[in-house]
Amino acid sequence: MSIVDSVEYLEKLKDFFYRLLELNDRLREAGLPRLGPRPLPELPIVVDLSHPETGTIRVKIGFPAMVKHGVIMDVTNEEQAKIAEEAGAVGVMVLDKLPYDVRKAGGVARMADVKAIMRVMESITIPVSAKCRIGHYMEARILETIGVDLIDESEVLTPVDDQHHINKWEFKVPFVNGARDLGEALRRISEGASMIRTKGEAGTGNVAEAVRHMKIINREIRILMSHVDDEEFIRETARKYQVPPELVWLTARLGRLPVVNFAAGGIATPADAALMMWLGADGVFVGSGIFKSEDPQTRAQAIVLATSYWDDPETVVEAQKMVSESKAMMGIDIRKLKPEELMQLRGV
Amino acid sequence: MVIVAGVLALQGDIEEHVQALDRALRELGVDYRIVLVKKVDQLSKIDLITIPGGESTTIGFVSRRTGILDKLKERIENGLPTLGTCAGMVMMAKEVRDAVVGETSQPLLGVMDISVIRNVFGRQRESFEVDLKIPVLGNQPFRAVFIRAPAAVRCWNDAQPLATLRHERYGDLIVMVRQRNMLACAFHPELVLDTRVHRYFICEVAGLVQR
Repeated sequence: MSIVDSVEYLEKLKDFFYRLLELNDRLREAGLPRLGPRPLPELPIVVDLSHPETGTIRVKIGFPAMVKHGVIMDVTNEEQAKIAEEAGAVGVMVLDKLPYDVRKAGGVARMADVKAIMRVMESITIPVSAKCRIGHYMEARILETIGVDLIDESEVLTPVDDQHHINKWEFKVPFVNGARDLGEALRRISEGASMIRTKGEAGTGNVAEAVRHMKIINREIRILMSHVDDEEFIRETARKYQVPPELVWLTARLGRLPVVNFAAGGIATPADAALMMWLGADGVFVGSGIFKSEDPQTRAQAIVLATSYWDDPETVVEAQKMVSESKAMMGIDIRKLKPEELMQLRGV
Repeated sequence: MVIVAGVLALQGDIEEHVQALDRALRELGVDYRIVLVKKVDQLSKIDLITIPGGESTTIGFVSRRTGILDKLKERIENGLPTLGTCAGMVMMAKEVRDAVVGETSQPLLGVMDISVIRNVFGRQRESFEVDLKIPVLGNQPFRAVFIRAPAAVRCWNDAQPLATLRHERYGDLIVMVRQRNMLACAFHPELVLDTRVHRYFICEVAGLVQR
């Protein structure tokens, strides 16, 4: 089963949230006091055709399907973006600082410079993603308005809401969210995420946490699959995960996440990328691993090759031979990080 | 005879292509096998191939690096039935440029007499689905999903446009085109459950099944 089989249920879920928004509007019009912010008007999108539908579920979960078996690379400027494109990246993620530098710099990490993102969009042909802070509706609206192809509501930046994520159903642009386990992944999907990635531990050059998160998600899906006809178990799990039981049941039937699932957090070598693909990732994000190394051009090419040919040992060896361990980013031992320095604990 | 259907499995929505072929071949009621094509020696063992949607720059880079690009080009020129969707259409085109960046120097198969503009409708937020009239598939429109899609602005020799969309800036854009053993779509027939495009490819373009 693939994500094509998720469309029908995700459309129902989206309708439910739209009906809630409409109800809110009707109550306001009726003069009833409603607290809290109201959604901004929809982004007017002009496609020069008769009757096209934009921002549909198929279009939103279809986009991540097109980057599968590929590598999305973190970049900070258009020179790096061009290196990524020429190396065969399926997309770039524009940041102000690479996660490793975010960690070193401390302070508040925010969305990248809008002008820098726009310069990258004008210089390459592949999709451009950018990160917004967890819960920061306005940063997300800005990214959508300037035309970013995929928004990462990311724990690498400093969260602005420790209780809630953005309601992503309201946007026409797809979102990707991080997850450490199946509950987190399904909560994000129920909020409208069109793509999931493991959180890992960004900016460490250590793939251990990404491995752990991918294995946890896989194990939890296997447990669900063995209870696909067990109504009580599905309901209990839904209660535990705080998501609709239908979403849990869909996952049990599909035997995979209902949307595309990438690996992220600490991937630094071709072998790391191949390992994550072997564990069942649909593709990989590489953050600091490329542009914090001393051989970014060849390392980028090698990671692309290893991601595509992860199941062919000879090609993975060839890819690994392209890079030198002495040029890899140094990396950080996760056990030496204090609990407050762990990014993965943000936004659960 | 067992039909061996290949999916070029380097990058993109490979699994969706496998499933779409599986649905179509099952509906046609023939014996078949679907293989993921990654290596040169597999090319001689398949009866048809589909090239998935994805990023054409990535598929081009990886296929050139591993040498499958030239061999696949040779096989297609010698008659291997080929369906390319989105990035697949870009790979098959002889002329390609990007709507924003202009000329690109990406590696291509360059087998079809079509001139393609990448990202012609805009960015992801402009991605859309629409009911598309495809006369060769009958009167019922096809739900066509366009994701950062390309389209052909021109085709020549025996390349035949099968579906077009009217665009304000570019005029009639060709979104489905056939040339001999080759079929290219700017949209993603693998993202819907309707198998008509795939059945048309298997029966009419590849001529592997009599309808």
